[in-house]
Amino acid sequence: MTEKPFVDIRHAQKSFGSLEVLKDINLQVSRGQIVAIIGPSGSGKSTLLRAINDLDPLTGGEVWLEDTQVNKKLPHRQYEKHINQVRQDIGMVFQHFNLFPHLTVRENIKLAPKMLKGLSDAEADKLAEEQLDKVGMLERIDYYPSQLSGGQKQRVAIARALAMKPKVMLFDEATSALDPELVEEVNLVMKKLAEEHMTMIIVTHEMGFAESVCDRVLFMDQGVVVEEGPPDVIFRNPTNERTRNFLRKHLANANK
Amino acid sequence: MGLDFSVVPKYLDVIFLGALWTIAITVAAALLSFVGGILFAVIALYAPKPVRLPFRAFEWLFMGTPLLLQLFLIYFGLVQVGIDLPAFVAGVIGLGLHFAVYNSELIQTAILAVDRGQMEAARTLGLSRGQALRRVVVPQAVRDVIPPIGNNMIALLKDSALVSVIGVAELTLSAQLAIGRTYRPFEFYVVAALFYYVINLAMEAVLRRVERRIQASR
Repeated sequence: MTEKPFVDIRHAQKSFGSLEVLKDINLQVSRGQIVAIIGPSGSGKSTLLRAINDLDPLTGGEVWLEDTQVNKKLPHRQYEKHINQVRQDIGMVFQHFNLFPHLTVRENIKLAPKMLKGLSDAEADKLAEEQLDKVGMLERIDYYPSQLSGGQKQRVAIARALAMKPKVMLFDEATSALDPELVEEVNLVMKKLAEEHMTMIIVTHEMGFAESVCDRVLFMDQGVVVEEGPPDVIFRNPTNERTRNFLRKHLANANK
Repeated sequence: MGLDFSVVPKYLDVIFLGALWTIAITVAAALLSFVGGILFAVIALYAPKPVRLPFRAFEWLFMGTPLLLQLFLIYFGLVQVGIDLPAFVAGVIGLGLHFAVYNSELIQTAILAVDRGQMEAARTLGLSRGQALRRVVVPQAVRDVIPPIGNNMIALLKDSALVSVIGVAELTLSAQLAIGRTYRPFEFYVVAALFYYVINLAMEAVLRRVERRIQASR
């Protein structure tokens, strides 16, 4: 990589008491790149992802987005202001969608742009419609989340994140909570984002999806990046024994 | 001396006026207890210690002492420190704060029960903690406790009879005035009871409507 990294994680370290969940992790992602993080549960992959927008603050190391240090050391008040600003540029999609159940789909999407970007109601409406159209959920704009299927909820959650026009999107096992037949519709939306060159960091258990969409794959285990490379190398010719074991087990489970 | 309800119609306007005052004091106190309950819950959970601790003492005062005493304290006691409130206002404040504390307990529990992912999702979009509480967490908590808050409001309606002792001519006091003229306690207390019951039914109808409206947003 010659280009300056877009997302830059340097010497990320995190411990809970004596338990070290991230051990000196470095990850550079350039603009438009799509990186998958795979690994067994407890490997620290979600913790790493959640450190990028400081949802789980690191104990050591730095996270940069372009020229801004995300986890900058600042007095509490200033830091809150700073992080709220930075987070507007980092979209995140959760395993359990986390849509706001008391708001309609439309209101879910309009909330943050109206509050934080000063959009008028009409502008926010237009934005909500655009984003929902993109994820194929426009017809459900005035539904409540409880009236949607899991796949539909996740597509709305993606639209909600996109409405802030983020520079990078983080996906934390976005399809893990879905029934198998609903996974594809969410994958399609993510593929579409990939085609639009959205920078994405994806924690996933979907090896097939990771292989077909991602530029680079990281295999994490016990708080370290064990192996990383292009998907065909990681999935077809992993050099590390632990990667091979993980993939073998994972394949066996998937075929059950 | 048998029962004679024929004396009632002559005083019906007095009773009716009393019922209107009961409704007015109940609605005003209910609003105060609702808004106050939300505010108290947020203070109890999130205010810095120097605010939270005195607040606890205040909460204890309202939960651990009789409402009647609180009304006396607000109406008669505060005069000594130069706060001379009209009886109606003192009644609304007393009832409102008393039930605000109970509502606050409900709302606190509900706030803590809102899924953590809600706060996370809101913060991830860039909302501050305060904004996320105000627009995402607290509305859900309040929505979840509308039924038990409704029960508190019915209790509030019934306890509003206590403000008769500080001289608000609400339903109970109006009945007593009529009794004073006619010496017919049974008749007028029964009539007052009927009025309370009707107001109660109306409140329950409103609550059911509210509950139905929030059903979709679960």
